[in-house]
Amino acid sequence: MPEKVTEKLVIIGNGMAPGRMLEHLLEAAPEHYRVTIFNAEPRVNYDRIMLSPVLSGEKSFEEIVIHGDGWYIANGITLYKGHRIVAIDREAGTVTSDQGTVESYDKLVIATGSVPFVIPVPGKNLPGVITYRDLDDVNAMLLAAQSRQKAVVIGGGLLGLEAAAGLKERGMDVTVLHVMPTLMERQLDPAAGYLLQKAVEARGINIMTKANTKEIFGTAKVEGVELADGTIIPASLVVMAVGIRPNAGLAKDAGLVVNRGIVTDAGMQTSDPNIFAIGECAEVGGNVYGLVAPLYEMARVTAARLAGDSQPCFVHSDTPTKLKVTGIDLYSLGDFADGDDREEIILRDATAGIYKRLVLKDNRIIGTVLFGETGDGPWFNDLKKKETDIAAMRDTLIFGQAFQGGGAADPLSAVAALADDAEICGCNGVCKGKITGAIQSKGLTSLDDVRTHTKASASCGTCTGLVEKLMQLALGESYNPAAIQPMCSCTTLGHDEVRRLIKAKGIKTIPAVMQELEWKTSCGCAKCRPALNYYLVADWPDQYADDYQSRFVNERVHANIQKDGTYSVVPRMWGGMTSSKELRAIADVVDKFAIPAVKVTGGQRIDMLGVKKEDLPAVWSDLGKAGFVSGHAYAKGLRTVKTCVGTDWCRFGTQDSTGLGIRIEKFMWGSWTPAKVKMGVSGCPRNCAEATCKDVGVICVDSGYEIHFAGAAGLDIKGTEILGSVRTEDEALEVIVALVQMYREQGRYLERIYKWAKRIGIDEIKRQVISDLTRRGDYFDRFVFSQRFAQVDPWSERVSGKDKHEFRPMAVAALEPAE
Amino acid sequence: MNAMTINVEWIEIGTLDDIPQRGARCVTTRDGRIAVFRTHDDRVFALDNLCPHRGGPLSEGIVHGASVTCPLHNWVLSLETGQALGADEGSVRTIAVIMDGCRISLALSPPSPMAAE
Repeated sequence: MPEKVTEKLVIIGNGMAPGRMLEHLLEAAPEHYRVTIFNAEPRVNYDRIMLSPVLSGEKSFEEIVIHGDGWYIANGITLYKGHRIVAIDREAGTVTSDQGTVESYDKLVIATGSVPFVIPVPGKNLPGVITYRDLDDVNAMLLAAQSRQKAVVIGGGLLGLEAAAGLKERGMDVTVLHVMPTLMERQLDPAAGYLLQKAVEARGINIMTKANTKEIFGTAKVEGVELADGTIIPASLVVMAVGIRPNAGLAKDAGLVVNRGIVTDAGMQTSDPNIFAIGECAEVGGNVYGLVAPLYEMARVTAARLAGDSQPCFVHSDTPTKLKVTGIDLYSLGDFADGDDREEIILRDATAGIYKRLVLKDNRIIGTVLFGETGDGPWFNDLKKKETDIAAMRDTLIFGQAFQGGGAADPLSAVAALADDAEICGCNGVCKGKITGAIQSKGLTSLDDVRTHTKASASCGTCTGLVEKLMQLALGESYNPAAIQPMCSCTTLGHDEVRRLIKAKGIKTIPAVMQELEWKTSCGCAKCRPALNYYLVADWPDQYADDYQSRFVNERVHANIQKDGTYSVVPRMWGGMTSSKELRAIADVVDKFAIPAVKVTGGQRIDMLGVKKEDLPAVWSDLGKAGFVSGHAYAKGLRTVKTCVGTDWCRFGTQDSTGLGIRIEKFMWGSWTPAKVKMGVSGCPRNCAEATCKDVGVICVDSGYEIHFAGAAGLDIKGTEILGSVRTEDEALEVIVALVQMYREQGRYLERIYKWAKRIGIDEIKRQVISDLTRRGDYFDRFVFSQRFAQVDPWSERVSGKDKHEFRPMAVAALEPAE
Repeated sequence: MNAMTINVEWIEIGTLDDIPQRGARCVTTRDGRIAVFRTHDDRVFALDNLCPHRGGPLSEGIVHGASVTCPLHNWVLSLETGQALGADEGSVRTIAVIMDGCRISLALSPPSPMAAE
């Protein structure tokens, strides 16, 4: 290691390879460099191979972020988001971004990745024709999928099939066009390609092979695709997924040696000793790479070189290919072309849809194709890597590890039998010994822990099962693979998965949720039904018909049940303001129905306790005549907005806090939320409305409004966090509404805002509702849309006769009337 | 219920349509209120409208499968046996039900059938 110096390291590109490189570098030489990253995408580093699960709805973007904003801050790294580097000046040692930023470097790492290949046909630039490369592409596809119309995917390789499966999951009618006779011909032999086609077609996706695209047509936007043979396929979305090529233009312009990619030596150094290239843009040993394992290997080598170690070299190794389409198991590795010097072993089981093929040379495995059952993939890979002579087990080799002498019959002992240096995670090159070692030495107990410490299963996730088996072996009974807390005993799914799947699959009724998500009970229970009812109300405000029988009694009868079976009734008093007329009406109702108790609540309104259930409609009717509506004191929804008197009366008031409180309450009443939402608006920092322990609070100051959230004053006591400051009342309202809508969309049922915020992260919430104005606007619009269906006063609805049966006995079977 | 068969009278209380699916209605009797439940698969059960825990009105609970969750403290009671399920212990009286087509009758102690509602 050189002495401690600070050099400037600039990285162009913020994909998975440079992200991993920085992790290694920070570990090896934490103080050596001042690091600056330019990311052409306007976001942090995320797991690009998990974009397909985001498209299909099995994961959210937040779940695939590798390094959040906090990571860059904590490590003192400057990240320029949305800056594309347009020039490298090697003489001066500087780079320049499209936004004019110039940064000097001592060492430069080029990680510009690849660009999707666009086939040069007429119409390739029409709106509605997109490639599949980054999150923006996924978002464009999701938007197009809302139309539920026809989509064409050009390209039947890994990406194309994943895109097709995702779009199909999102409700589109999808056709895949593939120019070759069988799918994924580069990774699969024709037999496996055929089985794959059958499996994909069974999901309702049309496949056309030998399909040569002649033209994409449409006037203002894409309308369809015409093939060379004249076939016309209508489509409102065309996704090109025909391949990628290294993005080496910038390096070429800078005069670096470029062949297919940016040419480097085994130490990932380019023709300029101060410049390295890693990732899909690099060409090392004459090869370019697109799978994550070799890219991570490049990252490891480069980090070591930057830290001053000149030993590590990049070594080529074959990487298995896996398709990330749920329910289709496919594994291919190495070389499987026919040849005179090669032999093969094949197993076919047509009924079970299984095909396995091993290609051998000199009694050693050189290629593997597995379809339908891929559990033995890592074992075959291990044999191939170690060039094990398989002559002795040749007759049973194809049946897998379990059939070998001394081998084991069940999957757990098969994993137990693996050698310590057997590779478990191909993406990250993690072997069994490293995982079991980390579990023991660091006392790891959860899958997330293992991912954090070893990276095993942290990228594409297909080896998660293997890692879990290792944890089971190491920890025994104490390890529970279902680390996710299920919603209730009716399902194994957690709240987040259920919410995500409801959206992804477009499920719109409770019975459909239970059918699609394989509920274990006939009609749920008192835990899951109200939760599902909320999720459906929140997600499909205009389409979902509220399920009365899945509401807790309070929300069914719009009052709070008391210990003796009577109810308490709380009318809304906007912002805590009332009048003599209102108070008189309340007094009259109390007298007329002999209501035994009247109390002022903590939310600045009046509670009438001890009302008999059958009296409720008449009580509401009388209150309604005086202008009262339901206060939703019973609801998992907006409760109160507590205010102080502000500039109207108070000598310290800085803004019209009462007015703002009333405005918020009138805007937001009636909305359903995961748990109750209580707000407060104080007119100055003396905070008489106690806004800093509310779910959402506002502190007015001279310069505007300080918006607070995530306070608690119940089971837990917690001061609020500051969300941000705004200048105008309009802005304050918009931010608050956006915040609540975000919570409505992401919160788990019965999870208060402060718990949700802790789970999501304060910074992330700030990012979405303060910094990102587009997103804030979208949240706001969705809330407003939902309110069109939610702002109905339930009391007047019931007074006018809705569900009358609720308040009457079904029959009276007694000599004397009991009540 | 066998214990109920001595000296009971079958009293018609209404039809299946009077009770929402996965819901309940109350019948007022001399001996207090009875909760009549209709499950998702249209089976009908009757229990005293009184949770064995703190007397909560079971007719106000959420009905799921052949059980109901009390609205006061979430005890779960079997509609078939009246027994508390899960970790809780206790039971509530069940009342025999006869269905004649859609018409529902309960086995009540005599006398005096009265009109519905």
